[in-house]
Amino acid sequence: MKRVYLDYAAATPVRPEVHQFIKPFATNNFGNPSAIYLEGRIAKQALEQSREMVAKNLNCRPHEIIFTNGGTESINLAIFGIARAYKKFFKEPRLITSRIEHPAILEPMKQLAKEGFDIKYISTNKFGEVNLSELKKYLNPQTILVSIMYANNEIGTIQPIEKISTIIKKFRKNKYLPFFHTDACQAANYLDINVNHLNVDFMTLNGGKIYAPKASGILYKKSGLSIDPIIFGGGQEKNLRSGTENLTSWMGLAKALDLTQKEKAIEIKKVKQLRDYLQKNILKIPQTFINGHPTKRLPNNINVIISDVEGESLILELDKAGIAASTGSACHSQSLEPSHVLKSLGWSREKIHGSLRFTLGKYTTKKEIDYVIKMLPKIVQKLRNLSAIKTI
Amino acid sequence: MKLIKKQKNKKADIIQNQIPWIYSDVVKEHFFNPKNFLKLEEEKKFKFNAYGEAGSPACGDLMKFWLWIDPKTEKIKQCRWRTFGCGSAIASTSVLSIMITEKDGMKINEAIKIKPQDIIKRLSGLPDIKIHCSVLGDQALRNAIDNYLKK
Repeated sequence: MKRVYLDYAAATPVRPEVHQFIKPFATNNFGNPSAIYLEGRIAKQALEQSREMVAKNLNCRPHEIIFTNGGTESINLAIFGIARAYKKFFKEPRLITSRIEHPAILEPMKQLAKEGFDIKYISTNKFGEVNLSELKKYLNPQTILVSIMYANNEIGTIQPIEKISTIIKKFRKNKYLPFFHTDACQAANYLDINVNHLNVDFMTLNGGKIYAPKASGILYKKSGLSIDPIIFGGGQEKNLRSGTENLTSWMGLAKALDLTQKEKAIEIKKVKQLRDYLQKNILKIPQTFINGHPTKRLPNNINVIISDVEGESLILELDKAGIAASTGSACHSQSLEPSHVLKSLGWSREKIHGSLRFTLGKYTTKKEIDYVIKMLPKIVQKLRNLSAIKTI
Repeated sequence: MKLIKKQKNKKADIIQNQIPWIYSDVVKEHFFNPKNFLKLEEEKKFKFNAYGEAGSPACGDLMKFWLWIDPKTEKIKQCRWRTFGCGSAIASTSVLSIMITEKDGMKINEAIKIKPQDIIKRLSGLPDIKIHCSVLGDQALRNAIDNYLKK
């Protein structure tokens, strides 16, 4: 039987158009873009065309785009790059973020706390929206960076990035600091990524989530803002990301971003219809609760709590039935800690263990969703029959 | 056309079967086909004289055991269980229910000596990260036997 893949927030396939586009650069045009002979110049030209393509889609200038090897790397460059460049000017440098960020944000923050930074975590309401009055309260003259994700990877809640940048702008008046970075890894397929609309100083995108090869990312850095590198070497990417350019992946990112932006309106309509249909049917299972914001949520996301069952068991049964999905259960994680995002929404640990995430994508069909609707209630019933907890 | 389709499916199966599952085959068998769990319809009918549980829903694992111990021989003759938890938690409870009831039933003075390692061995091993949290069946079993002895 064909597999039903519903974990597009974790990884996307490289789309055929992108694959075709980058193929010649994996085999024939493999030169190092730093070389001045023909092979190098061909590669260099492709690299700069990719940069222009990304810039066009973000409505910024090409030199504001730094290519990296993925979302985590872009975020680390933004956070450590800013923290290290500006630490010396402050006695108690402060960084502000939210409780529901991706570990790629939270772990660097933890590290910087050890290095003497004052880290503030903004809480959320039960829908996962960050508390803006807390942001206003935390902003102080020692603040050098605010980093808030655009759309959450687990629950899909979309943050009001424009409102946040307005608050920050108002606070800093005519000063440079604090900077505002947003992690837009999950947002690029469905939301507005025009940096002038969003009014951000830094923004991270990840190719692996937009049908480009994995290990490709960009950091948008507004012109004139200076940060420190975190990888040192040959000085590529204006000295901010040394290492031979990952050309095929970066070209793929540019091409995929261009395509997603063109197709956005159609894709949103298509995926939302399927998502709403699946959600409506999942809710027919008793004792199920949808997470995230009812409307301000990515159109491809469903995160549901299913009482009395544990997430890893659900994933194993779904996998056997040919369906790939994800969970926030501790038993599924390396840390054995249940999802920090669902905790921030106010759920008990017991309920979080029963969370299940479906993220739909470009290639999701009605037939696939019908199959999930058929199988999921059976699987839940089977596990509830064995369960030592009986809410119903 | 049909033939091509068949061949394609066959190829896909071969690929899938070559990819190792995250647990052993014994865990797989007991997770997908759990033995001796207390079915809803037997709830009122199942005769037991010992009950015990271990774990907590907050930690992600809760196990309950119901036993019928023969008062003359002190052997565990029947056993039912229910588990809330991950794949290895469900499988470890299921395999323990077999261990204590096979070959005419285990004497309770033997059963209280069962250690997590014995269960893991019978499961052909578990990933390191799962050993501490998902094997609680021995505790639930000891609690059930204590419950019987106190009566």
